[in-house]
Amino acid sequence: MDERRVLVQVEGLKVHFPITRGVVFSRRVGAVRAVDGVSFDIREGETLGLVGESGCGKSTTGRAILRLIRPTSGRVFFDGIELTGLSEKDIRALRPRMQMIFQDSYSALNPRHSVGKIVAEPLVIHRAARGQELRDRVAELLELVGLNPACMDRYPHEFSGGQRQRVGIARALALHPDFIVCDEPISALDVSIQAQVVNLLQELQERLGLTYLFIAHDLSMVRHISSRVAVMYLGKIMELTDRDELFENPLHPYTESLISAVPVPDPRVEKKRRRIILKGEVPNPASPPEGCVFSTRCPRAVEECRRVEPAFRQARPGHFVSCHLVR
Amino acid sequence: MAPILKVRNLVTRFHTVDGVIHAVNGVSFDLEEGETLAFVGESGCGKTVTALSIVGLIPRPPGRVEEGEVILFDGERERDLLRLSEPELRHIRGGQIGFIFQDPMTSLNPVLSIGQQIAESLQEHLGMGAAEARRRAVELLDRVGIPDPQRRYNSYPHQFSGGMRQRAMIAIAIACRPRILIADEPTTALDVTVQAQIVELVQELRSELGMAVIWITHDLGIVAGLADRVQVMYGGLVVERAPVDALYETPLHPYTIGLLGALPRLDQAGAGRLANIEGTPPDLFAPPRCCPFAPRCACAFDRCWQEVPPLVEIVPRHEVACFFDVVTGRARNDG
Repeated sequence: MDERRVLVQVEGLKVHFPITRGVVFSRRVGAVRAVDGVSFDIREGETLGLVGESGCGKSTTGRAILRLIRPTSGRVFFDGIELTGLSEKDIRALRPRMQMIFQDSYSALNPRHSVGKIVAEPLVIHRAARGQELRDRVAELLELVGLNPACMDRYPHEFSGGQRQRVGIARALALHPDFIVCDEPISALDVSIQAQVVNLLQELQERLGLTYLFIAHDLSMVRHISSRVAVMYLGKIMELTDRDELFENPLHPYTESLISAVPVPDPRVEKKRRRIILKGEVPNPASPPEGCVFSTRCPRAVEECRRVEPAFRQARPGHFVSCHLVR
Repeated sequence: MAPILKVRNLVTRFHTVDGVIHAVNGVSFDLEEGETLAFVGESGCGKTVTALSIVGLIPRPPGRVEEGEVILFDGERERDLLRLSEPELRHIRGGQIGFIFQDPMTSLNPVLSIGQQIAESLQEHLGMGAAEARRRAVELLDRVGIPDPQRRYNSYPHQFSGGMRQRAMIAIAIACRPRILIADEPTTALDVTVQAQIVELVQELRSELGMAVIWITHDLGIVAGLADRVQVMYGGLVVERAPVDALYETPLHPYTIGLLGALPRLDQAGAGRLANIEGTPPDLFAPPRCCPFAPRCACAFDRCWQEVPPLVEIVPRHEVACFFDVVTGRARNDG
């Protein structure tokens, strides 16, 4: 077992978005349960992969941890400090230590600002540097992410997708963060560029001792980059364990089918593989199924699964799962 | 195997205000009856433009197919699709050649019900009457796995989920039992479990109908379990073409090798770094004067910067466009 210190602790996190009807007298008619009771730890220096299909609540979880979205309930601790109770002012003081990298680097960078200004902005806002020192620090950051500091005066549209993602990473690193939420940072990039960005993220982690929450839907990439992996489905964590344990001994039927659905780039392996093809699609998070949320698509569901929600519990040391069928 | 489609030296350019984009720079290939040929490459490599050029779907202006021939074999008949009139082409599209696209929402008509769109194609191409077309459309919806097809016949595209829309697209594409199906990244926008459903469906339909399939994708993972042959494209050119097993076992082009190395594998523990292809994809504003991959290639030598390497058959059915022999680690001495 890993003895490293817990840096981020999430307990029973819920984010519900209200559904309202009526323009003048708006009333609440329901809620989309984007995140519905999620608990996990992230240890210092590790990468926790958070995977799931679209709409499962993985990005909302990332944003709620950084309090870019206010959680409906539950608690988040960062380095022992409870974030959920902090005022806006206090949370701003902690912001330098927790940063985010976004999927769409084009919409995450202001098109009217030069790259130098974009990377300098956090330093200016937090009064971390000014004048020549500021310029030097920006140059150093650009160099750190593999960009030529001479391109400081150019604008985001002059860069390729991979280079823009590097700019986003440089900005996230400006204030020496401890923890970075990487929200699908490579999904929009071409394969050859994905590898460049992932390698950069790994190098930076080793050099700067960063802790990542790596949100993605690409299971192969998650296996490559993560130390531990959490699998989400319809706002809940189905399974969480060490990377190799998850991929070699998945306990949850959802994890199993997800792994079997991912193609492997090797025709010989592909011919031998057995697919578990799930029927149907993900239910509406505004009216999740009774009992286990996966029961409507689960190939092994029994009567109990449709009535009683399974607890998220430790089935083996360090291997957490929420499924009635795992004894 | 007899070819059903023969494409020779296809050149497609886009004449934009910023300059001429050289999207496809002389692509040739044969599609054999009943086979699945995958076009693989990254964005801008010309894979989609090649497919659209074949059937005259390049928006014009700015695009123009400037050279080449596209021969469709139909029994004894041979027709060059690039020289057909628009009404003749329209008859071939949807009749002999079906399509599915990445984003069904933009290729389906939002104001016609799903059923009407299938029936329309049946009436147009097969001359069915309204009642017969309706009955057949319901059967097709059922065949592609849309639950409750009688009722769903009257649903509109926005009432379907992404996976269901893609199934409806497939129903339209196969309605007239085409001999060729062109699938342009049909699963890229879908979740992995839905992607597996769609791949399975297309494979079933392929053997049922005996169609040849051109599957366009950037995902070398999908291709491994799906294609018979693979054509890797870069900078508007075919850089390597081989049967699927040979391509993955003994890739011959440094770009293919790089792509395969850049992919993490689900069935292997992630250790070390992914192979890197340095640099960025080529600028298409100029026609290729040398190997388009040379600026990013670790094996490039002087000849690679002087001329465009031709696609050469190295072993039977395995072709590569590269002056460097990755097996011996030396330049090829083929004159």
